[in-house]
Amino acid sequence: MSKFFARRKRYVSFFKLRFAMGLQYRTAALAGIMTQFVWGFMEISVFRAFHQSNSAAFPMGFEQLASYIWMQQAFLALFMTWFMENEIFDSIMDGNICYELCRPIDIYDMWFARSVANRTSRALLRCIPVLSAAFFLPQPYRMILPPDPLTFICFIAAMLLGMTVTVSLCMIIYMLSFFTVSPQGLRIIFAMTAELLQGIVIPIPFFPPRIQKIMELLPFASMENVPLRIYSGNISGMEAAKAMLLQAFWVIILTAAGKLICRSAMNKITVQGG
Amino acid sequence: MKSETQVKEHRVSALKLYLHYISIQIRSMMQYKKSFFMTMFGQFLTSFNAFIGIHFLFLRFHSIEDYSYSDVLLCVSIVLMDFSLAECIARGFDSFPKIVRQGGFDRIMTRPRNEILQVLGSHFELTRIGRMIQGAIVFIYGTTHAGIEWNFVRVLTVIFMLIGGTGVFCGIFLINAALCFFTLEGLEVINIFTDGAREYGAYPIDVYGKRMMRFCTFVIPYSLVQVYPLKFLTGRSDNILYALLPLAALLFLIPGYVFWRFGVRKYTSSGS
Repeated sequence: MSKFFARRKRYVSFFKLRFAMGLQYRTAALAGIMTQFVWGFMEISVFRAFHQSNSAAFPMGFEQLASYIWMQQAFLALFMTWFMENEIFDSIMDGNICYELCRPIDIYDMWFARSVANRTSRALLRCIPVLSAAFFLPQPYRMILPPDPLTFICFIAAMLLGMTVTVSLCMIIYMLSFFTVSPQGLRIIFAMTAELLQGIVIPIPFFPPRIQKIMELLPFASMENVPLRIYSGNISGMEAAKAMLLQAFWVIILTAAGKLICRSAMNKITVQGG
Repeated sequence: MKSETQVKEHRVSALKLYLHYISIQIRSMMQYKKSFFMTMFGQFLTSFNAFIGIHFLFLRFHSIEDYSYSDVLLCVSIVLMDFSLAECIARGFDSFPKIVRQGGFDRIMTRPRNEILQVLGSHFELTRIGRMIQGAIVFIYGTTHAGIEWNFVRVLTVIFMLIGGTGVFCGIFLINAALCFFTLEGLEVINIFTDGAREYGAYPIDVYGKRMMRFCTFVIPYSLVQVYPLKFLTGRSDNILYALLPLAALLFLIPGYVFWRFGVRKYTSSGS
């Protein structure tokens, strides 16, 4: 038991280290905030124009959509698959990985803790200004509060689950890049697929119903789709509970798969040069 | 008399020099053919999602304001082509922060050639052709559905739109580069005007309301290369002026150039 805690302490300190590093880049964060804000505004404008042209075809309430978009912009760093760590890819490519392998810790867990820290530090810096501005915008751009405290708690839980799904999917990509010479292609295809299927290009409710049903079962929909729709009140009750259960299912499956690929990669790895 | 011929030679070889720069860039890229085609394919994919999004939105809503699916396809494809052409040509400005920070601009200034020419020649991103091809395919698909009656003036309008749009994006890259003289690093905020315009320029700008329209007409002339000529192209307006407006957008390069000159004059070396 004490061994377990001692081991956990290592990952916690890794987390702290990375988190502090992430908070260093404040000017970059400022630029990011500006960009996210304009993005959100333009995105809502486009949907507003569609809403005005044909409001009957709109699959969710307009305030729901506004909240969805602002939350998406504020917590972009938690779910974007573009944000993968070049350092990790580089270390796999140039062989620096051997230094990491020398450490008496599990490489999967270490990278996992590192990714979570990077994402949360980035998101924490950016979410507050974006959100606080979004609450004071004029209608219809304004963001709304969730209907009740329970919804908010569910949202937080779903967001944590969603981030874990995102990180464990990214971990699989890191692990797969042990088996390729250049991970670039793999990375682009993964990021593009995720962007479309997780509802970044357009939210999942805007897809035709039949496609939507299939999409909702995929792990990509367990990333940002669930928490954002819970927050905006687009899904609630049993539907929300089911979605969260599916998230938990994907967390287990994806981390197990990641660890499995990790083990086979570690078995075959040969680092050359000196 | 002698000096005059020298000047003339000098001018002719500016273009030659630029072409020479490009040929070097392309040849060096072709040393890594696999990586080149991979990146090109990646570039092709990155803007593909945007089209899928637009497709599904129109499947649901059928129109945005009074624009149809094919109108938007024309719009998005032309903006995409403008952007990728500009990235292809003016990529040197995009990586300019690095040149400045490493003191590379000092080296450029010691050479007896125009600085802009050298910066442009320092980078030529042929991989952006991937996006360009995609834009062209969507454009052709859009035109077959839009039912445009093609005539000489309309073909010319499209060419003007490409020239003007590329010019506007190049202008923004130029301003961003000129800013580096003062900040020594690129301002990420400029992404709003490049990537943002590419993403949200998919829809005719008047759907964003009057204020946005005014900003995009008088501050950064996106409208002049997008909505106005589009109106002429789709027969919404017969005003021939709308077909010529994209060329007026090239005026945007002037303040950009003035700002650049100002920056060059203020520049006090950096790097080691």
